[in-house]
Amino acid sequence: MTLNQNLSTVESGLKSELRKKGIVIATLEDFYNWGRRSSIWPLQFGLACCAIEMIATACARYDLARFGAELFRASPRQADLMIISGTVTKKMAPQVVRLYNQMPEPKYVITMGACSIAGGPFIDGTNVLKGIDRYIPVDVHLPGCPPRPEALLWGITELQRKIDGQEIEKNEWYQRGLKREFPIPEFGPKGLIPKFNPDVWRPETASRRRERYGDPILLGKKTAAPKFETFGDPNVKVGTV
Amino acid sequence: MSPPVLEKTFQASDPVLQDTETFEVNLGPQHPSTHGVFRMNVKLEGETIVSLKPVMGYLHRNHEQIAENMSYLGSMPYTDRLDYFNSMSNNFGYALAVERLAKIDVPERAQYVRVIMAELTRLVNHVSVIGFLLNDLGAFFTPVLYAFREREKILDVFEEVAGSRMMCNYLRFGGVKRDLTPAVTERIKKIVRGFPKFLDEFEGLLTRNEILCIRCQKVGVLPYDLAVNAGITGPMARASGVNYDLRKVDRYSIYDRFKFKIPLGKIGDVYDRYLVRILEMRESLKILEQALKEIPAGPVMNPKFAALAKAPRNFKPPKGEAYGRVEAPKGELGFYLVSDGTAQPWRYHVRAPSLINLTVLEDLCLGHKVADAVIILGSIDIVLGELDH
Amino acid sequence: MNPAEIKTKLESEFPGIPIQIVGEGLLLGPEDLVRVARFLKESGEFKMNYLSSITAVDYLEHLESVYHLYSVDQRTGPVVLRVRVPRDNPRIPSLVHLFRSAEFQEREAYDMMGIRYEGHPDLRRIFMWEGFEGYPLRKDYLPENEDVLEWDDVEWLERHGVTVPAEYKQYAQDLKAAGKEARAERPKPGAEAV
Repeated sequence: MTLNQNLSTVESGLKSELRKKGIVIATLEDFYNWGRRSSIWPLQFGLACCAIEMIATACARYDLARFGAELFRASPRQADLMIISGTVTKKMAPQVVRLYNQMPEPKYVITMGACSIAGGPFIDGTNVLKGIDRYIPVDVHLPGCPPRPEALLWGITELQRKIDGQEIEKNEWYQRGLKREFPIPEFGPKGLIPKFNPDVWRPETASRRRERYGDPILLGKKTAAPKFETFGDPNVKVGTV
Repeated sequence: MSPPVLEKTFQASDPVLQDTETFEVNLGPQHPSTHGVFRMNVKLEGETIVSLKPVMGYLHRNHEQIAENMSYLGSMPYTDRLDYFNSMSNNFGYALAVERLAKIDVPERAQYVRVIMAELTRLVNHVSVIGFLLNDLGAFFTPVLYAFREREKILDVFEEVAGSRMMCNYLRFGGVKRDLTPAVTERIKKIVRGFPKFLDEFEGLLTRNEILCIRCQKVGVLPYDLAVNAGITGPMARASGVNYDLRKVDRYSIYDRFKFKIPLGKIGDVYDRYLVRILEMRESLKILEQALKEIPAGPVMNPKFAALAKAPRNFKPPKGEAYGRVEAPKGELGFYLVSDGTAQPWRYHVRAPSLINLTVLEDLCLGHKVADAVIILGSIDIVLGELDH
Repeated sequence: MNPAEIKTKLESEFPGIPIQIVGEGLLLGPEDLVRVARFLKESGEFKMNYLSSITAVDYLEHLESVYHLYSVDQRTGPVVLRVRVPRDNPRIPSLVHLFRSAEFQEREAYDMMGIRYEGHPDLRRIFMWEGFEGYPLRKDYLPENEDVLEWDDVEWLERHGVTVPAEYKQYAQDLKAAGKEARAERPKPGAEAV
């Protein structure tokens, strides 16, 4: 998936001309996406430290309500967006996947903080899952430890941009036979079974890593930061389980 | 057609109707009332709790395992993430343990800075906890808005001195990372001046509130003996009348120089815990006032250890063990360290107040309704990062 | 009160008890722990009624459980008690019936180090799940390698209708045929004990 430009059939010149006369025209898609992006209901679901910053974002100073996403729902059945705010441990991962499965379409995921992206500072922990994208697809990765409330606002607006770019006809959840539910991992004697879901995530081979990030970073020498994309690897097919 | 008429109308006191089956309810791990990823297995008889088993570990991040594979200073940012409301007091506890292990002196000014930061953290914690307690009571989010308004002011100070809002990583072995600038000192003074007004406002909304009184008084009573026996510490123990505050008992750092009182409760119910927290904030403000008045000029870092931050693996404390404990806002936070003379601790153990305060959760909840279990949990004041470490 | 004084007091109370001073603490035999702790708690002189912390330490040759006792009434402490047990059969009597605060801490030590506290009413894993093998804080514990699939994972995925790429499947099969487990590599603990 990539961010699509919104393909409106009306020329932008004509649009602005009409606008001067007090007529606003838009495509159905515009209205549809405008409605959806302005009322994102996140799941009230805090995991760790980042949850506190999530609460701070919802409070008066940062005021998440400006972006229409202040209505935290306690039930996944009523939520559009799952903000995975904090370290996902192996003990918690089955529940996170289960919650994701319970959410109705269309559903989005923001991983908030380094831990939920790839384990973060706790990557050496035995019980720490190295990124929730091993089991479920993620829309926006939000780095930081913890990300500031402004960063979460950025994440929400980035998600809104994604929603704006979606087309009704091509939306995944209108495709026939698609069910975006993923198998829930189980506890094993050493860790979770399976360790990851190859439909969603695959470990990077050395050649692919080089392809994406260039040569390995040498000690003391920093190349440019990896490109900060909002989506996962385009080569990995997401869905159809 | 007339409705069917029962031959006998049942009364609530009839034994037949009271004989209900027990059933199990699972609160959590994703539940708005459990303050994170905590689970309670509750057995109910009607609506009354007959058994409650806490299940934790959903945020077990192997804090100790990671710390044992890391330099001493490298663990400092991890202690921030233990009790993520109070990163400064966690730093304080860890720094104290390492300083005891390696016998490091701390300059006068740094001691004052530490105390100021620890007390500011206490304000942050207590004010948020009361907000969340009210949240659990059903006053959805409004008290949290008030609480977080004040929290943000203090976090601004933390950001200015440490560079990070929440995870300050500010204390170092032998001092603190950066000195307070006059501007920050002014800002703290302003907060300290303004805070009593906020507390009065907060209390005006809450303390005599009828609903709060009905819901909290005589709920979750923790008797003195059980509190001592179960190792309960912090405001929770003091609400039960246990006069044990490490700031007075151990007199660590420079707490023996300040005049402040330890508020004690009589009954030990949820309401007492609420009141003790409010009063503790007022006492913290007294400490802050005195500390800000007396703070001397001078270095904030022991010069011998100033270079440590650049080469943390050169820091090798002598062989031995140390147990450092501080009065964190949640209770006694202890760090047990065993050094084998290398750059990594051989053993690093956290005595987490959240975990141990939770021992009595079942005792407090038995015989109450589910709704009361939620506020009892809220009044215990747990943070999952520390509970599960 | 220093350890030597406590030692003489305990020896006069329990004649013939083997006590050794190690560091700041007193090393006891596992069989003496409960009676010493009860004496410390109930005697009018010590009144060590608050068990602050229980820690388990892996010293490679043996496991050790460390107890920090304080007195709330007299504001004295700590009295540090240590108990050493062999690694292959670590059994220590539980202190839960004396101090409720031991309840979760002993479960934690059992979960992380594998010390069995005998007499504990509910000795289960506290942080890891039931069915987890190994004790993560022991020095010889190796976590799993999480970037490769093992045969269990492949079977599980296929059972749930996920197609596993051929190279992953092949790797898992080879691993199984060689009788190996995918474990992370970790430097050996070479340092000496205290």
